[in-house]
Amino acid sequence: MQKRATFRNLWLASAFIAPQLLLVFVFFYWPTAQAAYWAVTLEPAFGGGNQFVGLENFRAVFADANYWASVGASLLFAVGCTAVAVGAALVLALFADRGLRGHRLYRFTFFLPYAVPAAAVGLTFRFIFSPDAGLLAGINHVVPGLWNPALDGNDAFVLVLLGQSWKMIGYNFVFLLAALQNLPRTTIEAAAMDGAGVLRRMWDLQVPLLTPTLFFLLMVNITDSFVDSFALIDVTTHGGPARATMLMVYKIYLDGFESKDYSLAAAQSMVLMALIIGLTVIQFRVVERRVHYR
Amino acid sequence: MSDIAIRGVRKSYGRIETVHGLDLAFGAGEFVVILGPSGCGKSTLLRMIAGLESITAGEIAIGGRVVNRLEPRERGCAMVFQNYALYPHMTVAENIGYALKVAGVPKAERLRRIAEVGRSIGLDGLLDRRPAQLSGGQRQRVAMGRAIIREPKVFLFDEPLSNLDATLRVQMRIEIRRLHDRQGVTSVFVTHDQTEAMTLADRLVVLNAGRVEQVGTPEEVYHRPASRFVAGFVGSPPMNVVDATAAGPDTVTFGGLQLTVPPHGLERGARLAVGFRPEDAVPTAQAAPDGPVAAIDLVEDLGALRLLRGRLGGADVVVQTAAGTRHGRGPLPLQIAPSAIHLFDAETGLRLAPRAVRAAAA
Amino acid sequence: MIERTPLVNLLTHLVLVGGLLVLLLPVYVVVVAASHDLVAVNQVPMPLLPGHHLWENLAVAWQKGNFRNVMLTSVIVAGLVAAGKVGLSAISAYSIVYFDYRLRMVFFWIIFATLMLPLEVRIVPTYAVAANALEPFQALFDLSGLSVTLPRWNLLNSYSGLVLPLVATATGTFLYRQFFMTIPDELAEAAKMDGAGAFRFFKDVILPLSVTNMAALGTIMFVYAWNQYLWPLLVVTDQNYATASMELGRLVPSAYGEAPVWNTAMAGTLIVMAPPLAVVVVLQRWFVRGLVAVEK
Ligand SMILES: Nc1ncnc2c1ncn2[C@@H]1O[C@H](COP(=O)(O)OP(=O)(O)O)[C@@H](O)[C@H]1O
Ligand SMILES: [Mg+2]
Repeated sequence: MQKRATFRNLWLASAFIAPQLLLVFVFFYWPTAQAAYWAVTLEPAFGGGNQFVGLENFRAVFADANYWASVGASLLFAVGCTAVAVGAALVLALFADRGLRGHRLYRFTFFLPYAVPAAAVGLTFRFIFSPDAGLLAGINHVVPGLWNPALDGNDAFVLVLLGQSWKMIGYNFVFLLAALQNLPRTTIEAAAMDGAGVLRRMWDLQVPLLTPTLFFLLMVNITDSFVDSFALIDVTTHGGPARATMLMVYKIYLDGFESKDYSLAAAQSMVLMALIIGLTVIQFRVVERRVHYR
Repeated sequence: MSDIAIRGVRKSYGRIETVHGLDLAFGAGEFVVILGPSGCGKSTLLRMIAGLESITAGEIAIGGRVVNRLEPRERGCAMVFQNYALYPHMTVAENIGYALKVAGVPKAERLRRIAEVGRSIGLDGLLDRRPAQLSGGQRQRVAMGRAIIREPKVFLFDEPLSNLDATLRVQMRIEIRRLHDRQGVTSVFVTHDQTEAMTLADRLVVLNAGRVEQVGTPEEVYHRPASRFVAGFVGSPPMNVVDATAAGPDTVTFGGLQLTVPPHGLERGARLAVGFRPEDAVPTAQAAPDGPVAAIDLVEDLGALRLLRGRLGGADVVVQTAAGTRHGRGPLPLQIAPSAIHLFDAETGLRLAPRAVRAAAA
Repeated sequence: MIERTPLVNLLTHLVLVGGLLVLLLPVYVVVVAASHDLVAVNQVPMPLLPGHHLWENLAVAWQKGNFRNVMLTSVIVAGLVAAGKVGLSAISAYSIVYFDYRLRMVFFWIIFATLMLPLEVRIVPTYAVAANALEPFQALFDLSGLSVTLPRWNLLNSYSGLVLPLVATATGTFLYRQFFMTIPDELAEAAKMDGAGAFRFFKDVILPLSVTNMAALGTIMFVYAWNQYLWPLLVVTDQNYATASMELGRLVPSAYGEAPVWNTAMAGTLIVMAPPLAVVVVLQRWFVRGLVAVEK
């Protein structure tokens, strides 16, 4: 991964790399270090410098049932969104890849939701799933009170889950279709010569060959559901009702900016960061070992 | 036009040495071809001359000036790459003129020279095209034009013809040689194709695993290969080489067969390799007692000549005969003139010179 | 390939049309809701066809959300992020790929590792930095015992504050790096033989060859920046710097139980989602290409 032909002009090399390094330092590493510092210190109530408290903040976080509830909600959210968004995108991509009439239209349309701002997705789904207006309100006409995401935690959870999934289907579709089109045509043709029908080829050949892409999307979708769901929650449920949609990111935000408890927020940030680093490392390990069939 | 001197040049990548101390001298205006199998270090040598690769040890001088520490642009060399390395976003004219633009040559002058070069290499109507709109041969010409326009002291070619189809390759080969004859610029041409090498070279350098096997005119290399390696690499089809044992000062045996060779002062029992060119093995009606008889199992008719393939003394051999001969499969008695036989040391692979020659040289 | 599979073809069409309807339905619902008066939009079941009040509602939402300012800010911010990203990552990737210095790989990993530190997880301290962007350097000076006093550089309520943290991410650098690795070595060597130095090669060869990549990266960064919500929410308290995406939240009552004025809220939603949708519709090719390339 090294170029054979390189230049020796070190001044230019430094000048070109410096801006990004500065930005990365100021906006990534310093804040991260700061978060790590806050996570192990406490600000005294009456001013003065921060005091080192070791793992006290973490202990406080882990002792809080609300925190574990948010972890549980986040994990459920991650699994749910990923299953829905990757699964639906896979089916759509497999069929769109067949190139029947209209496939250009599908290719063009399916990824559009990904361009919609998360806040707009949030409002849209808030309306669609609203209990007294919108698309689903009809249910309550038939069975009054059956559907109310404002009061029922499960309903609210379904709402945000579908919102996030809807957005990610387009993203996953783009990758899966690209991967499908990169599969060697001859392999598919060989399977056809072997007598495998369309659906059979999808299941026996294309899906297994997509494993690397599916794995990659799994990781991206999980990570995205952890961090990118903020806007969605903020314009819809605010973490409610009764903390049913209180995902980790949203809790960090509330603890940090509403309750102004930087130390508690920082400790939670560190845990979330560890989770994401872990996911990234797994992804790289596996990619290194090559789930790839090539 | 400059001469090139290469003195004790070595190249290592990390701990692995790939070029092991080369000493070569190329005369001004000479067309030198560096020939060798893939991976033997040809490109590395060429790129060290160009200044694209640092020299680990030794020195290279161009026109009497040591260039080890000079950048490519300061060496006065132009290079034609195997994949042409044309700038995809520039037109043919821009590609050819880029070096002049970098050098700050005024636009009018630049355009004049681009047009001139374009004419001389037959790219006249194509100057406004992009590389993607050209055929392989045309791209090759652009790469040549880009080299020519700088009026360099040295042309360097790194397998420039190997991406072309067979017909074009021959055609471009001829053009390159004509160009050299017109301009007389020192040229170093790297290839693994021995036909290209034989036809183009004033002088050949045969390289193997980072070492020089032989330097000489194509004629010398063909008729007096300095080693078993050269014998097997040069010529198409290559020389037949069979392992043998000395039975006397001027006889060798292999596979129960006997062959008379010129006096080499061989020691009885010494292990050797016997070589003869396919065209030097002449089928005869009557086998000499213990004389070589090949078992032919395949006949290739190339029109102008016929190749008879088979086994002789435990080795694969090829016999070349004129068109119209009718030897088929089966046993084929051969006659090989002693003067057409080459002997190589079994250990070192080096050529064993006949006594007479050595005496004459002494 | 000749295949007669009428049943599977029917299934294919059913699945794809179904997918199309489900994926477009939310957008359609927004359009319908944005085109009715308040009474109609609150009917149950809601009207299934668009009404006649679209422009009216858009106008009201435009006023209510202060979209004249807000859209302008968003366009400026998204444009700056896209341009900054395209330029900054081009040069940093060039430095990493085309030079051979000892710290090259260290820098590579420093930049690479930022992919594991999303803004959302370091939001609290990043906000603190935004209050004074020179604070990290001040702290370093203080630590090293140097008595240098830097001025404060407050990024809150400024374009720099909205733009810089988004420009800092590593994605673009990888896109370019990936692309540079596919450029044959011989091209740089030919340029060297032609007498071009590092800067010349960058300007004359690398940049023109990167146009496609720039378009792709620019497109996804524009959309990415436009869609930012949390960060603007934090660094902007002054209405003059409010962005479209964050402003959307103010069109509805924040308490989840209360019913918003749905027709104008949906009109606002339509206004906010229109620019990024328009960008990806028009620049579809670049967007898709960028998306796939960034993640390799
Ligand atoms: N950048 C490099 N790093 C390590 N080894 C190299 C490098 N370039 C070439 N080599 C090795 O040096 C040897 C000679 O290469 P080269 O000169 O390209 O051969 P060729 O004669 O085919 O042109 C090969 O074994 C090759 O693997
Ligand atoms: Mg080579």
